[in-house]
Amino acid sequence: MLTLKGIMTALDGELLTPGANLETECATVFASDLMSDVLAFMTPGSILMTGLVNSHVVRTARLIEVKAIVIVQGKRPDAKVIEEARECRVPIIATGCPMFEACSRVSGSSAEGKR
Amino acid sequence: MTPEAVFEQAFQVKGGDFSRAGNVSWEIKNLLKELGLSSSVVLRAAIATYEAEMNIIMYAWEGRLILSVMPGRVHVLVEDSGPGIEDIELAMTEGYSTATPEMRELGFGAGMGLANIKKNSDAFQITSDIGRGTRLELTFLTNGQRP
Repeated sequence: MLTLKGIMTALDGELLTPGANLETECATVFASDLMSDVLAFMTPGSILMTGLVNSHVVRTARLIEVKAIVIVQGKRPDAKVIEEARECRVPIIATGCPMFEACSRVSGSSAEGKR
Repeated sequence: MTPEAVFEQAFQVKGGDFSRAGNVSWEIKNLLKELGLSSSVVLRAAIATYEAEMNIIMYAWEGRLILSVMPGRVHVLVEDSGPGIEDIELAMTEGYSTATPEMRELGFGAGMGLANIKKNSDAFQITSDIGRGTRLELTFLTNGQRP
């Protein structure tokens, strides 16, 4: 089972929302820049990996109960988006890895989480 | 108020107002949770109403959602004033979209909305008048049995 801590380690990630529980476990990761696809195809309770940094990512994430948002490619949401995520308790992890590499690293770090 | 309803509330949505996008469906989700409905029903209703809310914001001038909770089911009426949908069958096709590049940049407009609303509802009806608007009726059964 993946943990947020394990994902941060695998991605050299930085937690942008202090106070999040890094022991939170998650079985699945869904990677997409299309919130429409997230709403249509993501297993609720997954980790969302995306290159989008607008507030709609956070609003989609809170609605579908993602365990965390991983922002790839060295992008950073602005302070307002991070605050919105903190308020609705959706952790955000930022990584410099491009999407494919991030997926590959996370997939390789888990014996089970292959999605 | 619908005669059978034990709870009913209307929510206004303004077309083009992306800054408040998602607020109505978030409120609906929290209300249904507070009413003690199962997490599966709450999630399906939340996803469907979020898609409907985004459709009003992206394509209509204004609209409203009316949430009615009745014994055994949740009903959501979505009505908008807007250009309407010319070809409903085509609009229901997964992947078909008339979204602008701006909408796509926000992560929406992939042509999944109406199909996803239908997928998450236990009953779904759509009617549209060109130049006037679109109306959806969604039902979510709360007795644990999907038809």
